[in-house]
Amino acid sequence: MQKTYNRIIQIAGNVITVEAKDVGYGNLAEISSRAGKSLAQVIRIDGEKVYLQVFSGSRGISTGDKVRFLGHPMKVSFTENLLGRLFNGAGLPRDNGPTLEENMIEIGGPSVNPAKRIIPRKMIRTGIPMIDIFNSLVESQKLPIFSVPGEPYNELLARIAMQAEIDLIILGGMGLKYDDYLFFRDTLEKNGSLSRAIFFVHTAQDPTVECLLVPDLSLAVAEQFALQGKRVLVLLTDMTNFCDALKEISITMEHIPSNRGYPGDLYSQLASRYEKAVDFDSAGSITILAVTTMPGDDVTHPVPDNTGYITEGQFYLRNKFIEPFGSLSRLKQLVNGKTRKDHRTIMDRMIQLFSDYREALEKQAMGFHMSEWDKKLLKYGKAFEEKMMNLSVDIPLEKALDLGWQILAENFEPAETGIKTELVKEFWPKTSSIA
Amino acid sequence: MSAERFGILTGINGNMARVEFKDYVMQNEVAFILHNEERLKSEVIRVTGNIAELQIYEDTKGLRLGEKVEFTGELLSVELGPGLLGQIFDGLQNPLPKLAEKSGFFLKRGLYLEALDDKLEWEFTPVAKVGQGVKPGEKIGFTNEGIFEHWIMAPFGLKGAATVVKIANKGKYNIKHTVAELKDERGNTCLVAMSQTWPVKVPIASFAEKLKPSKPVITKIRIIDTLIPVALGGTYCVPGPFGSGKTVLQQLISKHAEIDIVIIAACGERAGEVVETLREFPHLVDPRTKKSLIERTVIICNTSSMPVSARESSVYTAVTIAEYYRQMGLNVLLLADSTSRWAQAMREMSGRLEEIPGEEAFPAYLENRIASFYERAGLVRLHDGSFGSVTIGGTVSPAGGNFEEPVTQATLKVVGAFHGLSRERSDARRYPAIDPLESWSKYTSFIDSKEVNLAQAVLKRSYEAKQMMKVVGEEGTSLSDFMAYLKGEFIDDVYLQQNAFDEVDAATIEERQKYVFHVLHEIIGSEFNFENKDSARKFFQGLRQVFIEWNSSEWQAENFKKQENLIKEKCKKHIIA
Repeated sequence: MQKTYNRIIQIAGNVITVEAKDVGYGNLAEISSRAGKSLAQVIRIDGEKVYLQVFSGSRGISTGDKVRFLGHPMKVSFTENLLGRLFNGAGLPRDNGPTLEENMIEIGGPSVNPAKRIIPRKMIRTGIPMIDIFNSLVESQKLPIFSVPGEPYNELLARIAMQAEIDLIILGGMGLKYDDYLFFRDTLEKNGSLSRAIFFVHTAQDPTVECLLVPDLSLAVAEQFALQGKRVLVLLTDMTNFCDALKEISITMEHIPSNRGYPGDLYSQLASRYEKAVDFDSAGSITILAVTTMPGDDVTHPVPDNTGYITEGQFYLRNKFIEPFGSLSRLKQLVNGKTRKDHRTIMDRMIQLFSDYREALEKQAMGFHMSEWDKKLLKYGKAFEEKMMNLSVDIPLEKALDLGWQILAENFEPAETGIKTELVKEFWPKTSSIA
Repeated sequence: MSAERFGILTGINGNMARVEFKDYVMQNEVAFILHNEERLKSEVIRVTGNIAELQIYEDTKGLRLGEKVEFTGELLSVELGPGLLGQIFDGLQNPLPKLAEKSGFFLKRGLYLEALDDKLEWEFTPVAKVGQGVKPGEKIGFTNEGIFEHWIMAPFGLKGAATVVKIANKGKYNIKHTVAELKDERGNTCLVAMSQTWPVKVPIASFAEKLKPSKPVITKIRIIDTLIPVALGGTYCVPGPFGSGKTVLQQLISKHAEIDIVIIAACGERAGEVVETLREFPHLVDPRTKKSLIERTVIICNTSSMPVSARESSVYTAVTIAEYYRQMGLNVLLLADSTSRWAQAMREMSGRLEEIPGEEAFPAYLENRIASFYERAGLVRLHDGSFGSVTIGGTVSPAGGNFEEPVTQATLKVVGAFHGLSRERSDARRYPAIDPLESWSKYTSFIDSKEVNLAQAVLKRSYEAKQMMKVVGEEGTSLSDFMAYLKGEFIDDVYLQQNAFDEVDAATIEERQKYVFHVLHEIIGSEFNFENKDSARKFFQGLRQVFIEWNSSEWQAENFKKQENLIKEKCKKHIIA
């Protein structure tokens, strides 16, 4: 069964071609070369020619090396022992812990039957007011964080990893800078959240092919935990690197590129990962937050564009803030009616006033006369940015709503806010001073 | 059927397989790849020498060279018969709830189930008499499927006319039971059951003639019905960037449209959206029939993470079911969301076949495929003189929101109406975010065309004034230009925009649209006397408030009349007679 072949007839990029028989599509092979052993995956079979994508890259592989087919596709171990552990993109330990080999499960499994899904109704509290109040995260949601390189998106993910009210965090890192990997590890360790986290991290210096495995590894494990009733949050960073790795392999395989060199199936590739987000009928859930850096701040670039069509809204990270305009959680209406009765009002009114503030800012920049109202708006806008938008704020939703009222009261008369009298009576702070 | 034919698997690339065969193969015939106990459905899409290339409708993981492939000699077909309504199928017509019963949370590869329950019995009432001649598609009898009379028809595949030899008595039968025996011109006997199969890629054309669509579909979305209507048997497309509300618009139409049957083809989109339809429709009541909406709906659902080749077939499955109900003299609306994902599925296959790519790597036959899909819509006169129609509305998801891309352009060439969604409108929360200036329709609205033309002219002028104001500022704009701007915004605010969350405003019936639009038309056609821009703006802001209130008050109820009078009073003060 596990026959060894040694006729490697082509090496191009990270793909090698070997002559072999009786090979299963998508199965794994082990290549022993001078550089050591590496796994590889069958990505095409044409007669006796078998194309293999080599996980550790083709460097150092000689045409005389041995290829042994393992007879099964990529698998990952699924046990409670995964918790608190750090792995690389091939599923091997990055910490000094033991390799896990029990209860191996296949990755990239079949799609969930739409008839078994339920309408998501549960909010995930993150302690970040810009998310909790204005764009609530919902269990089973898939949301990208669109950002230009240089924004603190990894800091944001780390905060969410520490603060989110969820059972389990799985971090999938793709093309992460080594520093960023250490940052995630140390931050979560210091905070004590590492014990409820699992890392699958591919760093920028690791072989490209391993980058492609990270989302599938993370989501396969997440799926198993979700089936056991756990509420799992999967954090992926950065999906643009994943797409670039896809592009690299696709070009090596001489596929016809569709848009800016990306393969024609980019949408399906992304969708098959994002669609793993699910709320299981009578079991747990998977929620996905994925950083997608936008080359050149261009949202029409194929990666953010295809992502936007798949996901349920998006967060824009701009100038170190979650931008209130453009950011949208499409599922928020499913949950924000049941939190506190002033939630939707605060969400709508504060954003509308903030939009007026932006207009006033523009007027100011153009040197127009500032009315009394404009001045009020400017003051309000500053306070909103400092107290609400600041990403280091960590308060529960109810406190955040109270803070919203506080900010309004400090800057406006109740009538100026256009909020219904009934709510004003109940929530408007009696004293305008900050405690 | 001929003897069994087999082939041997010789190559796999993604969801494409190469198979060596001995005797012969037929283009587009269905084949099964026998992998251990699994039988994976696939379709022949190209033949060279003794090698057939197959697209596999399943995940191909683990397939091995040398595995047996069984050719069936049949084209990819769907089963048509009573029991389709209210169902939810995947792209190959597998009933998803039943699959869930069998295989749990996940879709199991190679598991195919009968589309229709063959145990269920339906009350059959014969109509045709022994000795009577019938053409393909003519009514032989009927059964009742929910609120509809579901015709049992002579097979569409019948060659020429046939004579009824035997017919079953009124009674309860399952769908496989023979209810009639026909003899065709050549003397061949043909047994008719309550269900029949039909290849999805071949249009059902068993009707007398195809007619020009003329009557509008009432979608109850004001901007569509008034400015850019869709005709029964017509086609339209809805392109828009992500987040502009394509799917929400489709959902609203599927809920409110005055039509007999709605077929929803969720093609390569989010599963979550299908789930909403799935879980909500059973609880929503169709005001026309007083029955649950799900009873007039069929959902074909091949979401983005389901196998890509089945996505390609899902729109054909949907349109074939639509044509089937059209044969019964019903008006059917097919909503395909999104045709871009369908086109992408073609692109993926074309790439694997290493065909020479066209623009953005789409295959050269893209336009042709899109055209022939939309051409399956139409208003037809049936053999018995009654009429049926299939109306097709497809969303398009253009890359980067740019309408210049191949799928949008190919679609625009063949549809009768274009509802272009704009990011600016959706950002400004002006829903539905259809751009009233860019969109067009070749069909006629039920509203007086003179009134519509005036509104369109006002909207255009308003847009120009708005653009000008951006340059010269409000100070530099004349009062008349400013008035033009305000009037256009007013139409937009009180008529084109519709609040989907407001129970009354969400859907506006034909009579009400005519009535309200007439009032609106009088207002925007009038001259006003204002001292300055501020007073003009204040006036329209006030009027808008009352008008919106009017929109959300029940048709002809007390409050409706009260608000109407308020509007008239307000206007009287400023209109120059």
